[in-house]
Amino acid sequence: MDGICVWWIGENEPESGMIDHVQIHVERAFDVPVRIISDPARPEGTLDARRRQHASGRVLKWLLEKGPPGAKVLGVTDVDLFIPILTFVFGEAQLGGTAAVVSTARLKEPLPVSDPRLVVERLAKEAVHELGHAMGLVHCATPDCAMGRSASVRDVDSKRGSLCGSCKAEIRARAAGGSS
Amino acid sequence: MSNENIKVLVIDDEEIVRESLGGWLEKDGYTITLMPDGMSALEYLKTNAADILLVDLKMPGIDGLQVLEEAKRLQPAAIVVIMTAYATVDTAVSAMKLGAYDYLVKPFDPEELSLMLEKIVSQQALRHENDVLRKALKRDWGFHDLISKSPAMQKVFELSRVAAPSASTILILGESGTGKEVLARAIHAESPRSGGPFVAVNCAALTESLLESELFGHEKGSFTGAVARRKGKFEAADGGTLLLDEVGDVSPKLQLELLRVLEERKFHRVGGNEPIQVDVRIVAATNRELMKLVADGRFREDLYYRLNVIPITLPPLRDRREDIPLLVERFVEGLAVELQKPIEGVTPEAMAALMAHAWPGNVRELRNVLERGAVVAKTKLIDVADLGLPAASDPSAPAVQPGTLEDVERHYIEDVLAQTGGNVTQAARILAIDRVTLYKKIRKYGLRRGAGEEDAAAEGGVEIRNAR
Repeated sequence: MDGICVWWIGENEPESGMIDHVQIHVERAFDVPVRIISDPARPEGTLDARRRQHASGRVLKWLLEKGPPGAKVLGVTDVDLFIPILTFVFGEAQLGGTAAVVSTARLKEPLPVSDPRLVVERLAKEAVHELGHAMGLVHCATPDCAMGRSASVRDVDSKRGSLCGSCKAEIRARAAGGSS
Repeated sequence: MSNENIKVLVIDDEEIVRESLGGWLEKDGYTITLMPDGMSALEYLKTNAADILLVDLKMPGIDGLQVLEEAKRLQPAAIVVIMTAYATVDTAVSAMKLGAYDYLVKPFDPEELSLMLEKIVSQQALRHENDVLRKALKRDWGFHDLISKSPAMQKVFELSRVAAPSASTILILGESGTGKEVLARAIHAESPRSGGPFVAVNCAALTESLLESELFGHEKGSFTGAVARRKGKFEAADGGTLLLDEVGDVSPKLQLELLRVLEERKFHRVGGNEPIQVDVRIVAATNRELMKLVADGRFREDLYYRLNVIPITLPPLRDRREDIPLLVERFVEGLAVELQKPIEGVTPEAMAALMAHAWPGNVRELRNVLERGAVVAKTKLIDVADLGLPAASDPSAPAVQPGTLEDVERHYIEDVLAQTGGNVTQAARILAIDRVTLYKKIRKYGLRRGAGEEDAAAEGGVEIRNAR
């Protein structure tokens, strides 16, 4: 694997230290070099006017086109993301693919979040979670594992930002050319 | 979490919805199949199993409710969730009535979808576990078509298993409706004679001369009406098993003839001279107290001992009430198929009433009560009112409506038969008429005589039947 790139693609400036925090967590979780992209390009045509949300599928498509070849790319944004069947998503990834995206928009709920560090923690966990999908992992039932399902901020808060042993083994097996 | 064994079918005409839902569920590890319309989904379901169906309500061609209805018919165990962009109470009610598990309004809240699927999966897992357990229990508790977990019945099964392979005569004792014929069939099936015929004769249903001819056959011209030679049941059962049901009602003359056959394994057709030898295993059954009949001089002692080689007594249902839930489940399953009605069980109140009833007609009566309940029930569960059980003590039971004398007679016979659980001998005794007369009246009025022949496979068996 040619590593992972983390790219801020939000409308506003990211909070200070946030992207670095994500970088550290992702690096630790997958044990691969993680690079930060600081390209000012931003996805276009992703806004659904009726829903006033951004289609995460379209963001993924944009990341695939614009991302560096050979590496997995994680877009980090502050816009509210959705997939057509759901009211919102924290993020989305191509299962076993290249691109993943996470948003801080819904991680701030329920408003107001008293501790801003909490949002950064949640973001790091979801970054690992979506990149895990891009590595081919499905949801995991091991308590605390970052690949646990994230249907609500409660789900996010109840897990850690790292992968459990079996998810790590699954990634190693996939990297070795098979699936466990 | 291993969801890969759970097959989810997403049916939606909007590709973007299909793909996004499929993609989301795929990350939960489910095995996903996407279908663009109802027709292709139903085609798919004809040959492929699905555990969960997520079906869009509004689709061109076959809509979601039609898919739901047909899918439930094709795969009753599948869980169907209806999805719609337009929630109306009417469609929600229709969907639930048709057996939908739930109703989701698009777009869904991720948590709502997750929790619902989690619930379905755990319920499915529980159901699967229950099925496996139930099957295991039935295997342990069953003896062919009989089922029981009561210690008394387990002893009956044990004895039957041991006795079946031998050629010895078996005497089955028990009240009517306890399943004597079903046990006789089970013993036959368990015996080395299972490839041979099983023939049952109801000794109480015929007059002496008719029964004699029925058992032994007759030669042409042996009596008025004997226009051709006819083989009897002993010959018909050659190589197999002959059930002499209600043997306690056999006349003294025929008792002697039966004794001879049992001793010599030979007999003569009525009007015949040639002795006929047969290889028949005799199983006799009666609801009478044979010892008492012997003491009263109404049953030959020597015949009694010939028959009473291996006695097996079936306990009445009131002495094995713990079996009622098991039997209810068995009968409800069968009735749902027979009546093609989605009956799933009985309400707790109905079960309480079933447990409390005295069951004079035993298992057969239970089956008949459940059949009535299944026919009358308006929901998937049979309720206490559907059963039509008499109140514990109901002196104000409705009197017969004014009508013709025949109406009154028909109703009265019906009531007495219901009380005796369809036992004609007992009913005849209560009515103080002979059995043949009662049989004629039953035929005349077209009355139900309890379980029919087709119930022979069900526990409770058939005790009332015309010897053929």
